[in-house]
Amino acid sequence: MATQDKPSIFADIDDGEVDQEDESVDRWRRNLRLWRETLAKQWRMLTDDLMVRLAMITIAFFMIVAVFAPFIAPYRPLNRQYESDAGIIVADWMEPSFMSSESGYLLGTTAEGFDIFSQLVYGSRAALLVGLVAAVFTAGIGTLVGLTAGYYGGKIDDMLMRIVDFLYGMPLLPTVIILVALLGPSLWNILLAIILLQWRSTARVIRSQALSLRERPFVKAAQVAGASDWHIISRHLAPNVLPLSFLYGAFAIAWAILAEAGVSFIGLGDPNTVSWGTMLQSSRAYSALDFGAWWWFIPPGICIGLVVISGFLIGRGYEEITNPELR
Amino acid sequence: MSKASFVIRRLLQLGVTFWAVGTVLFFLFRLMPGDPTAFVVSAQMTPEARQQVIESYGLNQPLYIQYVRFLENALTLNFGRSFHTNEPVRDVIWTYLPNTLVLMLSAFVVAYILGIVLGVLSGWYRGSRFEKTTVVTALTARSLPTFYVGLIVLWLFGATLGVIPMSGMGTSGQTYDTFGARIFNLDFLHHLVAPAAVLAFYYMGYPLLIMRSSMMEVLSQDFIDVCRAKGLSERAIMFRHAARNALLPIITAAAIALGYAVGGSVLIETVFGWPGLGREMVNAVLRRDFPVAQGTFMVLAATIIILNFIADLLYGYLDPRVTYD
Repeated sequence: MATQDKPSIFADIDDGEVDQEDESVDRWRRNLRLWRETLAKQWRMLTDDLMVRLAMITIAFFMIVAVFAPFIAPYRPLNRQYESDAGIIVADWMEPSFMSSESGYLLGTTAEGFDIFSQLVYGSRAALLVGLVAAVFTAGIGTLVGLTAGYYGGKIDDMLMRIVDFLYGMPLLPTVIILVALLGPSLWNILLAIILLQWRSTARVIRSQALSLRERPFVKAAQVAGASDWHIISRHLAPNVLPLSFLYGAFAIAWAILAEAGVSFIGLGDPNTVSWGTMLQSSRAYSALDFGAWWWFIPPGICIGLVVISGFLIGRGYEEITNPELR
Repeated sequence: MSKASFVIRRLLQLGVTFWAVGTVLFFLFRLMPGDPTAFVVSAQMTPEARQQVIESYGLNQPLYIQYVRFLENALTLNFGRSFHTNEPVRDVIWTYLPNTLVLMLSAFVVAYILGIVLGVLSGWYRGSRFEKTTVVTALTARSLPTFYVGLIVLWLFGATLGVIPMSGMGTSGQTYDTFGARIFNLDFLHHLVAPAAVLAFYYMGYPLLIMRSSMMEVLSQDFIDVCRAKGLSERAIMFRHAARNALLPIITAAAIALGYAVGGSVLIETVFGWPGLGREMVNAVLRRDFPVAQGTFMVLAATIIILNFIADLLYGYLDPRVTYD
């Protein structure tokens, strides 16, 4: 009771508590606005480039195709359209409808009697799944490891970088081939094998960036102010390396799709999924090459090339933002 | 840190990396599902004969003994005998590795000469249509999978026009006494042209892009203005002064890229039926021929590790500004 008689001091403290809450809400807002503004600025710089805009439209196009595949594709990709004699008579396919009026199939059929256009449409699902999931994980793991190694330095850095060195000694495709042969041929295992190796380059670059950021005054100031390591890594370091993470994420889309196509082409692809790589593999297995069934093996490669070059172009666009000297 | 202790420390790291790759490899293959003896032991064998074969491959020993023995043997490239042909793995490696190296080196020489020249020109003529075209071409070349470009080349020039052979490294039936005689003849060259050209087209993009940005950096430095002020011709500035200084990053990049190219030889060799190490590795994995798969993989990894090491040393040697710390 007596305390309430002297409201001046305690009222201040009460107010202070309220203020703190306000302040933390404010800080969140400020943080959020900062992130939004940075991203918006980078987005503008990125989309300023015509090639990058085209690349984004291409990726968006394939994303729409992948999402609406069942509505776009006239048939199921692994539904035989007719009783095919594949294996007995090799060249048992139909030409695209614009070449022969008898065929009702836009891009013709495979030797097994599958509709190629439908396979192409469904193939975009596998490609984008592999590309986007690999991008998120390689950028995520690489950034986390790189920041940890760069910020803590010393033994932790040494240990993490030795792991990265070891991964750099592994040839990508042979390693993925062996891992997939070991784990079984499924899209997820291919993805896992790619991610296991691909984060190495992101980690190395982010680490060197973190090493130099660590010495900057604002990090020292945060340390003196008593901020926790996690706070410094997530609030002060991470936003500064974010463009680099995006950059490596964009490149990872391209590399992952190329790797998946390669592994599938060798014959270790997922037998239950149609991907552009498995299409190329089966076209080769049925000697489409020797018989000139170009409608079978030309389109999948063009799709791979389009998506991959888009990833590279977006990555390069981002590189110009992170490294203005390139402009 | 002095140069000597840098080299020693890097050598130690090299040893540790080799050990790690070997260890991972050993356990990976032992964890593989499927009976590892299935390919050496046929179903018709008596249990005694089966046991004898298993013992001769050391497959009955405890895992850790197999592991220690594996590491000892790996040092001398002794990976045992192929489950499939009973040939020593070392012989398999010596048969296929030179083929891979010949293909890769010829592709690299072409790729780097073309890439450097085009890179210098596009860095010099920055902002021109020439620069834009070369950059887009380089990116396209790197975006199309080599095996796909290979398929198209085989279809156009092999199946349709019939000017290149569809597969292999030489017309079958011909034998040569020495490796030199085998690769220095027109038939071999005829088989080499298509895969080497496809690879060169792919690998050209990397030196081109590096050279271009390296040129841009060099061209912004003061000594280029001095060259101009001296009244040197543009061509002399471009090739004698700018390009020479811009070459530095290319040399180390080439060493590293060559390592990964050998590691990535799997696809191009599969498409063109080139009897190289990469294709042999794939075949071994598909056949579950463990010793051959291990041996070939180890050599592919070793190429990368050693060339990375050489690149590190070269970098310090070529650029005196590099400090070892």
